[in-house]
Amino acid sequence: MIESILFYIFAGILLAAAIGVITARNPVHSALLLVLAFFNSAVLWMLLEAEFLALVLILVYVGAVMVLFLFVVMMLDINVAGMRRGFARYLPLALIVVAAIIVQLALVFTSDQFGAQMLADLERYPADYNNTAELGRLLYTVYVYPFEIAAVILLVAIIAAISLTLRRREGTRHQNVGRQVQARAKDRVRLVDLPRRQGEGDK
Amino acid sequence: MMAWLETTWLTVWGVLPPEVQYTVWTLTKILAIVLPLMLAVAYFTYAERRVIGYMQGRRGPNRVGWYGLLQPIADALKLMFKEVVLPSNANRFLFLTAPMLSLAPALAAWAVIPFNDGMLLADVNAAVLYLLAMTSITVYGVIIAGWASNSKYAFLGAMRASAQMVSYELAMGFALVGVLMAAGSMNLNTIVQAQSGGMFYWFALPLLPLFVVYFISGVAETNRAPFDVAEGESEIVAGFHVEYGGMAFALFFLAEYANMILISALAATFFLGGWLSPFEGIGVFGVGESLLAEPGLHWFVLKTFIFMFIYLWLRATFPRYRYDQIMRLGWKVFIPVTLVWIGVLAVMIVGDIGPWFGGGA
Repeated sequence: MIESILFYIFAGILLAAAIGVITARNPVHSALLLVLAFFNSAVLWMLLEAEFLALVLILVYVGAVMVLFLFVVMMLDINVAGMRRGFARYLPLALIVVAAIIVQLALVFTSDQFGAQMLADLERYPADYNNTAELGRLLYTVYVYPFEIAAVILLVAIIAAISLTLRRREGTRHQNVGRQVQARAKDRVRLVDLPRRQGEGDK
Repeated sequence: MMAWLETTWLTVWGVLPPEVQYTVWTLTKILAIVLPLMLAVAYFTYAERRVIGYMQGRRGPNRVGWYGLLQPIADALKLMFKEVVLPSNANRFLFLTAPMLSLAPALAAWAVIPFNDGMLLADVNAAVLYLLAMTSITVYGVIIAGWASNSKYAFLGAMRASAQMVSYELAMGFALVGVLMAAGSMNLNTIVQAQSGGMFYWFALPLLPLFVVYFISGVAETNRAPFDVAEGESEIVAGFHVEYGGMAFALFFLAEYANMILISALAATFFLGGWLSPFEGIGVFGVGESLLAEPGLHWFVLKTFIFMFIYLWLRATFPRYRYDQIMRLGWKVFIPVTLVWIGVLAVMIVGDIGPWFGGGA
């Protein structure tokens, strides 16, 4: 009972936020509403007792990805009026894409594998059931090869992204921390004993 | 009279439906955590000024009340009666939401901290993940504050702070991976219990590099000295909260100090055995059997105080880091150190080296 009330509250906020993402005029507001949408979907996952996925969604998407996103959106000076100019021209194409998405979703929801009837028999586990340990066990036993392949693909992507942005400019001055730490006073400073000239202090 | 009160109370309580009982009981527990926490925050600011004062050969605040003990109250009253100024062209809604967004996660994270054996608000399995998630969303308060202020100093401060927080989160997360490997659990109560057996069984010893990385990352994560470039007052005035005044500023202040206490409490829980006694199982002079060896809330508080003091000590001692050096330390030193030590730790656990990993895996 309470769970369904909570579900409708959070699902309602989620939908409102998602609509806000595409209707907000200010791109920063859109990004923040997207954060709200992520947060609410995490709560929905929590209601499904998928606490690992819910927390990882917040950790990865809300805590890292959206922060970078927000960063970029805040830095860019986006011309909102200019972006809205082509609205009528792109409308037919957009409608086709939307229609395709709706058809796909309808196919998914009415199929035998993912249909609404699959949701009815959600198993409830006792309080000491450990979702995280269970996921870990599956990932590292049954699905170990797909998991490792996905990890390698991600690693390749990371290295590719870094090598794309890595450029060495001539003439920039870098500090070598190792050398700075190794510097000793006697390499830098020379203390000289100047001999007193004859007769100078006599006057 | 007392018996009558008790029976009436029990009847009234018994009539309530279980959902209401649960809600009331949970709210009471939340109050029992938040009120002492707020008091601790208030007196942490006082302790900071006194401790740094003595370290620098000054006295610190000593005029309001006995030894200046009413100073935090006076400060709070002053801030409450000050006007909250809205900058021109600032985004009003976001400007006022940002302080709340920075305080809420700092308080929410306390839900999973075990104060004593089983004495915690939410005994959840994925507590470590929950903590990481909560600390990762504190950054929104900073970013939104910087952007909504419509000021370049605030924005620069927010950029610095958020880049720094996101970077050090990684090192912190990796350090915690080591902890949950050693304990074999993500439940904080279980993590503390895995360290029982006296102070040589605490994770600070086998995980020493991760312990150091965790605490220094925690200092960087809370944007405290020597990593406080986010508010570097000599260059960008006061960073992301430069436009804030009155209670809105006070909320940022509360959030910062609540976060510091949180990081201290977590360091005590993860690496110094939380509520366990350091004298447990020591044979000399019968200390191991005496009252000193009893685990309890006081040990947790004491250990947390040690880390809180280190925060102040660091601030009084070190000059501010340069920004590129902060980034270098996080990415090029801490993350490799944690990665290597996670490998070493895996070998230690598999080879069962040392007395630490009997309960785990």
